[in-house]
Amino acid sequence: MKSAVILFPGINRENDAIAALEQATGTKPTVVWHGETELPKTDIIMVPGGFSYGDYLRCGAMAAKSPIMRAVAERAKAGVTILGVCNGFQILTEAGLLPGALMRNASLKFICKNTHLKIENTNTRFTNQYKTGEVVDYPVAHHDGNFFADSETLDRLEGEGRVVLRYCDANGAVDPATNLNGSQRNIAGIINEAGNVLGMMPHPENAIDPLHGGTDGRNLFKSLVEAAS
Amino acid sequence: MSANDFNTPITPELVKEHGLNEEEYKLVLEIMGREPNINELGIFSVMWSEHCSYKSSKKWLKTLPTKADWVIQGPGENAGVIDIGDGQAAVFKMESHNHPSFIEPYQGAATGVGGIMRDVFTMGARPVANLNALRFGEPDHPKTRHLLSGVVEGIGGYGNCMGVPTIGGETNFHASYNGNILVNAMTVGLADADNIFYSAAAGIGNPVVYVGSKTGRDGIHGATMASAEFDDDSDEKRPTVQVGDPFTEKLLLEACLELMATDMIVAIQDMGAAGLTSSSFEMASKGGVGVELWLDKVPMREEGMTPYELMLSESQERMLMVLKPGCEDAAKAIFDKWELDFAVIGILTDTKRMVLKWHGEVAGDLPIDPLAEASPEYDRPWEPTPKQDRIDPASISGKVSHIDALKTLIASPDLASRRWIWEQYDHLVMGNTIVRPGGDAGVVRVSGTNKGIAATTDCTPRYVMADPVEGGKQAVAEAYRNLVATGAKPLAITDNMNFGNPERPRIMGQFVGACQGIAEACIALDFPVVSGNVSLYNETNGVGIMPTPAIGGVGVISDLGHHATIGIKRDDSALIMIGAATGELGQSLYLKTIEGREEGAPPPVDLNAEKRAGMLVRELIELGLVRTCHDIADGGLLVAVAEMCLAGNIGADLHLPESGSEVAWLFGEDQGRYVIATRDPDKVLNAAGSANVAAVIIGQAGSDAVTIDGGAKVSLAELRDLNEGWMPSYMAEAVQ
Repeated sequence: MKSAVILFPGINRENDAIAALEQATGTKPTVVWHGETELPKTDIIMVPGGFSYGDYLRCGAMAAKSPIMRAVAERAKAGVTILGVCNGFQILTEAGLLPGALMRNASLKFICKNTHLKIENTNTRFTNQYKTGEVVDYPVAHHDGNFFADSETLDRLEGEGRVVLRYCDANGAVDPATNLNGSQRNIAGIINEAGNVLGMMPHPENAIDPLHGGTDGRNLFKSLVEAAS
Repeated sequence: MSANDFNTPITPELVKEHGLNEEEYKLVLEIMGREPNINELGIFSVMWSEHCSYKSSKKWLKTLPTKADWVIQGPGENAGVIDIGDGQAAVFKMESHNHPSFIEPYQGAATGVGGIMRDVFTMGARPVANLNALRFGEPDHPKTRHLLSGVVEGIGGYGNCMGVPTIGGETNFHASYNGNILVNAMTVGLADADNIFYSAAAGIGNPVVYVGSKTGRDGIHGATMASAEFDDDSDEKRPTVQVGDPFTEKLLLEACLELMATDMIVAIQDMGAAGLTSSSFEMASKGGVGVELWLDKVPMREEGMTPYELMLSESQERMLMVLKPGCEDAAKAIFDKWELDFAVIGILTDTKRMVLKWHGEVAGDLPIDPLAEASPEYDRPWEPTPKQDRIDPASISGKVSHIDALKTLIASPDLASRRWIWEQYDHLVMGNTIVRPGGDAGVVRVSGTNKGIAATTDCTPRYVMADPVEGGKQAVAEAYRNLVATGAKPLAITDNMNFGNPERPRIMGQFVGACQGIAEACIALDFPVVSGNVSLYNETNGVGIMPTPAIGGVGVISDLGHHATIGIKRDDSALIMIGAATGELGQSLYLKTIEGREEGAPPPVDLNAEKRAGMLVRELIELGLVRTCHDIADGGLLVAVAEMCLAGNIGADLHLPESGSEVAWLFGEDQGRYVIATRDPDKVLNAAGSANVAAVIIGQAGSDAVTIDGGAKVSLAELRDLNEGWMPSYMAEAVQ
């Protein structure tokens, strides 16, 4: 099982991503610098979190134009599993690999805390190890996680089962009170039409060790391995 | 060219504007053997500013203990270095950015965080944890919300982008900070113990290299500003506050660490306060060499910059290095990859002089040692703070019930939850955060091991105000206790000495007393000072801050499988108080908040008892007998227990002692104490007995309320609302 982590200037959760992928696949991922134009042969590509290009212009906007993103787009088309977390999600939307946009949190503040998430669709490469409707607990750490898309797109995402994760409370209740950043319909993570690209704001890679205070994120990475083997 | 730079006449007014008094200017003339030109005068001005020269504090800082077997580098370098075993070292320091943060809170705080991280990675360490110690004016002062909001956003804005978790800190409010807030930022980094980088330049003929951001006109004379009192026109000093760019610093961090993995660097120093002047003089002075700088080669942000501006700019995210000869191209390739400027701007010479060249012409020529080392050192007159009487518990009105007092205290600005602050800091990035903010100390795992680094910042300014010696001791003891409470072995501290105008004997006396107290505690607890920073002149219109020697403590947990947190974990545990209750109400929050009295002798610190209790608690945690531990600090025993209940969401019933003042027992802030929860109280009591440490069962965990003697109680839900509610609702009012 081979995996790769893309590194842009300003990315800062690459080691967290590497640790999670290594734990799940048993092998250290290859780190690919953004200036490269080619990707190694790999089953999983992860675009980690951070502040690529300092979030200047718009979160993810400059990274989306990096040389390596052409190769990432080709792999996406070829059906390779691609996971974008936090800034990675922002980069994937800016690159047009996922619909919608991530706007400033409704509170206008950076938020770092654990949050409950409802797994809405377990029939994906990213969530096959979870039970439908399962409530999991991952941290978030972002300033711009407020998911926006027009209602037509949102209806389509919902209709096609492409809303994979939603912010909720411990009992799975999805309502405005549990919407921590103002996202449309409490959306925390979506997949593309083909189902091989997932973007999500929360950090499963920071919930993989009992010392983190929880291991709910492990199943997400296990799902990737399960789907690819 | 800017010929006018060289020829500006040096008038007495100009000398005064540069913050040099007559005596000091006489010394300048003596050292130069002639009248300095404007460039040279500017250099003297920043090098001899209080901020860079420590001229008022040096005499006393020298008295602090700085040695232990595990100290690799004490004060005097960019940061302190301690051995944490397994070939690794922890590198850390705390530094103030008080004056700039008051004038421009976001950028002031952000660049404070940027500066302290640079100090740590300059030494070859990757920053792994940030902390801070913040003091603001009283909550209803019109500026407090704006300052708090800007400072927190600035700290988060910089640290979050850098990808370094902010794992702890403390925040106080008091009227004495109305005109002078304190923003102290601390960074802890990790390095290989055999690959630490220092600042002493060496190798005549070696290239002097500038890397990082370009130099602009920002922050000129920042160090001089930070060495003067504020007045009503201080807001006009905004242009002297630097602007931070955390993205560039992140690139600089990665590029420097990449270069440090090679063998190309001889010496390296970050450009912080007083920028190129301070970094070049310090490197040359430490190495006993001379430097020739070609200022026209410095990467510049704008056109028309003068040598004067280049030497004094405090533009951020810059480093000065001495490379081994012939390494320039290979080193440049690394900085090119990270898209950062890299310029050879000079050469080391054997002249022991700093020669500044501007397009081939000499723009300044100064001797290095007299400037860097022979800066003025004052033995300022000081007077001790008169002692206050111990508060007699019989003088307490006792009008308020214990439970009502708890409810008031836990919702007060002093004790209300700081969640609103630390949820704006990424405290999880790097994936190694084991104990998050909100406990006694933050803990991060040493990547790839089962070891942890614990870190905390502590000071109780009202104690220091009342008795600088006891207050100084207490700040160190509390840092020690907070580390112990997680299961860490306390190793060393960094001190950030924030005081008023040292030219006033009473203020100088506070400084001297605090140093004495800190020194006593460091010696008794085997907890030396390895780095520090002094911020004086924290006064506005003659009103000074409470003396605030903030202590940053660092310790190591050898096995994270055995560490403790403050939340009660099981409802069948007994609660045991470790350490003796003596009922000290002087300067307590109960006295201030419930009785409206800010007075009395602060709780004395028995350093021997402190050490015995600390060693016992750490042993209990290491043995796995205790997983829940909290030190007793602000607010006293009942507040400590309530915090443990809230953190674990399990209540407790407290048994009052049979005799003595209940208020003093519940709310006294006696030092050297912890509350632990255990299912094996006999073992704990026995261990305490043989360690000669007072220990007594004070209650039982269980239920969903904090109860006193099975009677009066308050539900955890209500307590939580009170504790968590204050700061969000206070800050929400800012919007209106």
